[in-house]
Amino acid sequence: MLIYSQPLELTKLLAAIDNFLQGNLSPGWAILVKGILVGILLLATYALIALALIYIERKVAAFFQARLGPNRLGKYGVIQSLADMIKILIKEVIHINKADKLLFYAAPFFVIVASVLAFGALPFGINLHAIDFNIGVFYLLAVSSLGIIGILLAGWSSNNKYSMIGAMRSGAQFISYELSAGFSLMTIVVLSGSMQFSEIIEGQRYCWNLFNGHLPAMIAFVIYLISGHAETNRGPFDLPEAESELTAGYHTEYSGLQFGFFYLSEYLNMFIIAAVATTVFLGGWMPIQIKGLEAFNQAMWYIPSWAWFFGKAGLLMFLSLWVRWSFPRLRIDLLLNLEWKYLLPINLVNLLVMVLVVLSGFTLTDLFPVLFGK
Amino acid sequence: MLEITQIIQQIAPDAQIETKQRLTITVRPDQLHPVIEALYRNETLRFDYLISLTGMDWGDRLGAIYQLSASVDLTQEVIVITSTADRDNPLLYSVTDLYGTAHLNEREIYALFGIRFINNPDMRRFLLNDQWKGFPFRKDYVHDPKLNPETVISSEIIDIAPRIMEKEGGELAEENVAVFGEEDYIVNIGPQHPSTHGVMHFRTSLDGEIVKKIDVHSGYIHRGIEKLCENMTYPQMLHLTDRLDYLSANINRHALCMCIEKGAEIEVPERAQYIRTIMDELQRISSHLLAWATHCNDLGATTAFIYGMREREHILDIFDKTCGGRLIINQNVVGGVMFDIYSDFQKDVKAFIPYMRKKLKEYDDFFSHNAIALGRMVRIGLLSREDAISYGVTGPAGRASGWSCDVRRYKPYALYDQVEFKEIVRTEGDSYARYLNRLDEIEESLHIIEQLIDNIPSGEVCAKVKPIIRIPAGQFFQSVETGKGEFGVFIESSGDKNPYRVKFRSPSLAAVSVIPLISKGAFLSDLIGITGSMDFVIPDIDR
Repeated sequence: MLIYSQPLELTKLLAAIDNFLQGNLSPGWAILVKGILVGILLLATYALIALALIYIERKVAAFFQARLGPNRLGKYGVIQSLADMIKILIKEVIHINKADKLLFYAAPFFVIVASVLAFGALPFGINLHAIDFNIGVFYLLAVSSLGIIGILLAGWSSNNKYSMIGAMRSGAQFISYELSAGFSLMTIVVLSGSMQFSEIIEGQRYCWNLFNGHLPAMIAFVIYLISGHAETNRGPFDLPEAESELTAGYHTEYSGLQFGFFYLSEYLNMFIIAAVATTVFLGGWMPIQIKGLEAFNQAMWYIPSWAWFFGKAGLLMFLSLWVRWSFPRLRIDLLLNLEWKYLLPINLVNLLVMVLVVLSGFTLTDLFPVLFGK
Repeated sequence: MLEITQIIQQIAPDAQIETKQRLTITVRPDQLHPVIEALYRNETLRFDYLISLTGMDWGDRLGAIYQLSASVDLTQEVIVITSTADRDNPLLYSVTDLYGTAHLNEREIYALFGIRFINNPDMRRFLLNDQWKGFPFRKDYVHDPKLNPETVISSEIIDIAPRIMEKEGGELAEENVAVFGEEDYIVNIGPQHPSTHGVMHFRTSLDGEIVKKIDVHSGYIHRGIEKLCENMTYPQMLHLTDRLDYLSANINRHALCMCIEKGAEIEVPERAQYIRTIMDELQRISSHLLAWATHCNDLGATTAFIYGMREREHILDIFDKTCGGRLIINQNVVGGVMFDIYSDFQKDVKAFIPYMRKKLKEYDDFFSHNAIALGRMVRIGLLSREDAISYGVTGPAGRASGWSCDVRRYKPYALYDQVEFKEIVRTEGDSYARYLNRLDEIEESLHIIEQLIDNIPSGEVCAKVKPIIRIPAGQFFQSVETGKGEFGVFIESSGDKNPYRVKFRSPSLAAVSVIPLISKGAFLSDLIGITGSMDFVIPDIDR
């Protein structure tokens, strides 16, 4: 395999920092400092992505709705969400009488911690990967399902009937759709033969999993997008919030920064879903590569891997916004019907089909090794 | 009508029967129920539609006026009047067993006049709270703020309903019944809620997500407009009708103007009739657009909401250019219209018609066939034709239940007898039929405007009217078709420059009164969808 020139990658910078730390500190301290730096960087990226997403969503929604969107603060209103963040930080946190104080204050942390944990394990680009578990997919499914605890606690502890109904809906919805999301990811794990993100990405160098597994992979992709969308509690699956029915659902009683946590994690969850779909189905940070066309491949590598990652994830997020701003909200029974009567059975059959496809060598890489083989 | 007179004379020989414009029957309180029941069950023409129920205070007597009509032929009307001399404990018999709409109307009369109705299953006050001292619509009511001081302390809502029931032997028993069970999980939908379109309050008991029972609690913005009117001259009253159903402000005002013109025998110039009709239809389109938009928003489609608003803006711009107002346009006055149309009016309206048609197509593509939207509307909130008539649900909602009830067709006013239009009637009776009816009615309104816009005759826009209008003694009623349904104005005049009593027939009150019935057993989400599809406006209910 040829080594391509990668001018915009951050590999060299990271190596320089690593060398500097290793050279000046004892090994134990170097790792500690590195850990702290990575943590700070991740949190900063987390906040930055959330702010950017909030701005993008507002602009995209405005575009769909024949409006202008934020346009007062800065050029095209770009610092609007920054201003909103400052506002939310200095806002008074309203204390609710007769609420279960401990659970009430703990709930937003569950939500945000779950999304930070998931966020931390995402591969953003070459070497931009905080931790590469050998069971990465499994880890991601596990931590992302922690968030529901926060939502249930918020609904329960608020001592508000709207919140309670919202939380109960959320519980039913999340548990149902977690199944579909899990199964569709499993379909791809079967295809790529690994749960480790770095291996899954490497396996998609010349052929994305979406195409490699053709029919079953495409079904899994659509199901993952639907169920991932449902897991993030965004329209048309925003029943737990359902502002026209439950005012604001589970976070009705929250204000200030605590509300901000729910708000942030909602956007980050959207990003995480898109990022996982990108990594698992669309080749992750891997640029588009065609076997044999070295010049083309080199040209593609000039675009850095993190840009590929954010570009692909951005497309998926745009899709999610498009859906959100076009469809009316489902009702709880329609929602559960969709999952238990359609998605789940299709998914189970699909998993079986994928196993057969892989075993009998009907994947594109097996059929056309010259074009797509590793 | 002769036949009806005979039937009434059999039941109540001493009833006074007059045939003025309409058949008016005055009966003793104990004959009221049999007389109305006979009219209701009359084989040849069933008077099964209670247009309005008006409480009255004639000084020495308290009473009520029942305006009945036949659902198959709205041109047929009968007035039944009854009264009692007992001012301390006035009692009348309820007609809730015959007309669903009577329930809330009787409760309203109890709150305002203090008349209690025997056999009404729930005789709490409507519009006013339980602590209110005195009955404000009585002529001897003392307007002392000390009697009913303003308070900032909220009081608990008491879910105990008093009632008077007639037992087998004929004696009356006062009872108290609980509105909700002890174990009920009650959620307050409103008064501050994004989807009640105002300060409406549905006390809803839930079983999980399923609605078990709804208690309608209203009156948060009760202004006593009908009482205010009694101290105003006729031209002053005009402004108050705009504040009822503000989305059909111009049409409401049209009704009041026509009622006064009918009483004072004022001829309206033809140009004014054209302007009134076109403006009414534009207002109807804007009302339906808003109803469509908010209905979609209630179902969670925010983009559709903005789309509806976007088109409505074009109509508001035309209003703005005509008379400076956008929502409330102060266009109609007694004798005609206040402002003539501007020079480009025809051009603007003609540009709007194809634009709106294009957008209707877009709504159809974008929302009307969406799988989720269909799941949320088809066979949801079923309202049968019988219930629609019993509860007096008119307008697009009534016509979605198969009841042809367009006032413009049955009792044409302005120029509606000269234009050609289709009455949109569907028989499904679900939310989706109501939804489609509104969109189709927009098309019909465009069609009406098209026929009129090029033929506006020249001439005066307002007849010469004396500054102080007096209406001869008598009762006058005029109804119109607003965006929500049949809106009626009832004026009882004593020949003075002020009316003696004014009553507005509210289409929204009828729509709300039927919601507990059609939402029972529905999901909480569907309750919101159903309220959206019924399209009511709170100031019209509270008045």
